[in-house]
Formats: sequence, structure tokens, C-alpha cells
Amino acid sequence: MTNLTHKKTLFPHKLLSLFMLFLWLLMVNSISPGQWLLGALLAWGIPYLTQSFWPQSMVLSSPLLATRFILLVLWDIVFANFQVAVLILGSRQKLQPAFMKVPLALKQDFTITLLANTISLTPGTVTVDLQMQEGYLLVHSLHVTDIDAAIAEIKRRYEAPLKEIFECSTP
Amino acid sequence: MSVALEILISLLLFAGACFALVGSLGLARLQDFFMRLHGPTKATTLGVGSIIIGSIVFFSSQTQGLSLHELLIAMFLFITAPVSAHIVGKAALHMQLPCEERTKNIPWPTDDTDN
Repeated sequence: MTNLTHKKTLFPHKLLSLFMLFLWLLMVNSISPGQWLLGALLAWGIPYLTQSFWPQSMVLSSPLLATRFILLVLWDIVFANFQVAVLILGSRQKLQPAFMKVPLALKQDFTITLLANTISLTPGTVTVDLQMQEGYLLVHSLHVTDIDAAIAEIKRRYEAPLKEIFECSTP
Repeated sequence: MSVALEILISLLLFAGACFALVGSLGLARLQDFFMRLHGPTKATTLGVGSIIIGSIVFFSSQTQGLSLHELLIAMFLFITAPVSAHIVGKAALHMQLPCEERTKNIPWPTDDTDN
């Protein structure tokens, strides 16, 4: 997929540009026309000049699903935070920690990174290792009763939407 | 600033402080390295999250117009916290730090046979 000799295009990373404009406006904490202009210039210029450093461009095939996914993750973070708070304050002897091998169906580095970070961000689970050759993530869980069910939950809840959002359009 | 707003901001700050405290407690109370790893990564999400929302509400009510650049703190934390947790966890895996006995599926050979 990495094509090192590709020609320069005018808008190499549209998503990145949009993100940088957003970042700029937040950073200066203002939405005056001047800042929009400056932000747009930077958001175009930086990806354009550095495009040969970026191995692949991201394609967001479904913005609606992406928004839904972000909301789902935020909700899970809030909800699971309470669960973990209860676990931490409760009896230590009842905790059942476990390592789980989550097999990966994702192919691209970026999507795998997103999945690993999502797992770490939701309380109760931390990604500790990635085995690319064997294709699994090693996840440590603070308290899990049914390992297979937990793995299936992660795959259904986080991996499937990510696959649909980022990887469906790529051959 | 109205009383209702002040109460809202106080509640948000209080909730944030509570979650940060729980995260630190987790770091102190839990038994092995991997379990302790859970504490701080959690404190950064909801704990810092609530404090940031409190800050947004406060500064938006003080000045005219929204003040949203606090969101950047949340965003950078959300990007960096899992990465540092991953690196620390990976180092621990490599060193095969002692795990709590109850841990299932310990990924390296141990004395007992539930491997």
C-alpha cells in the first residue's frame, strides 16, 4: 500500500487538514475570519509540504458511523469509570484479573492503533502488547469473569465499527 | 454568575477530584503491576474530563463567547495516555514482572499450570 514514489497532490490528506484547522481554531480560541484564513492556510500547507512522510492517507467511509462510534466510546468511558471505581474501592480479593488475546480482523496500522487506544481508554482494560505476526492484541483486564464473552464484546463493540468506518472502502 | 452555574461548576470539579482520588487509590491499593496500571489511566479520562468541562463552563460564563481550548487538553490526554500505558505495560511484559496469582492466562510460563 505504501507507494514511495507517488506524485505530489494538492490535497493529500483531507481529513488531516480538517483536523488541523479545527485544532488551530481551538488553540487560538477564536473564530474570527483572520484565524479561519490562517488556520486554513496552515491546514493546507503543512500536509502538502510533508506529504511524502505520511505512508497512507486516511479514508473515512462513513462520517455518521464515526460520530456514533465516538459517542459510544465516550459513553462507555463514563459508564465503565463508575464500574472501575466500585471495583477499586471494593474488596481486593474478589478481583479476577486476566490477560486476554484479542484476535485482530483489522489490517491497517492506523485502525489497529485506534482499536488499541480505545481499549486502553475504556476503564478496566489496558492494551499491553501487539503481536502483528500472530495478529492479536494482548489486553489486561482488571476484573473479568468470562474471558471469551469479554473478547467477543470488544470485537463486536469496537472492532466491527472501526472496520466499517475505515477499512471497508479499501480493497 | 448565577448560583446555579456556580453549583454546576463546583459539582463538576468535585466529581473530577473524586475520580482522580479513586485513580490514585487504585494505584496504591491494587496488588500487582498490571492491575495498578488501570488506576492512573482511568483517572485521566473521567477525572480530568470533568475538571475540563467545569473549566469550559466557568470561562465561558466569565467572558462572552465560548472558551473551548480546554478541549485540547482532553484530546491530547486521550491520545497520549493509552500510548504511555501501552509502553509501560510492554516493558512490564518484557521483564515478566510478578503477577497476582489469580491472574488468568499469564502470557509467560509460570510455576503453576494454568497457563
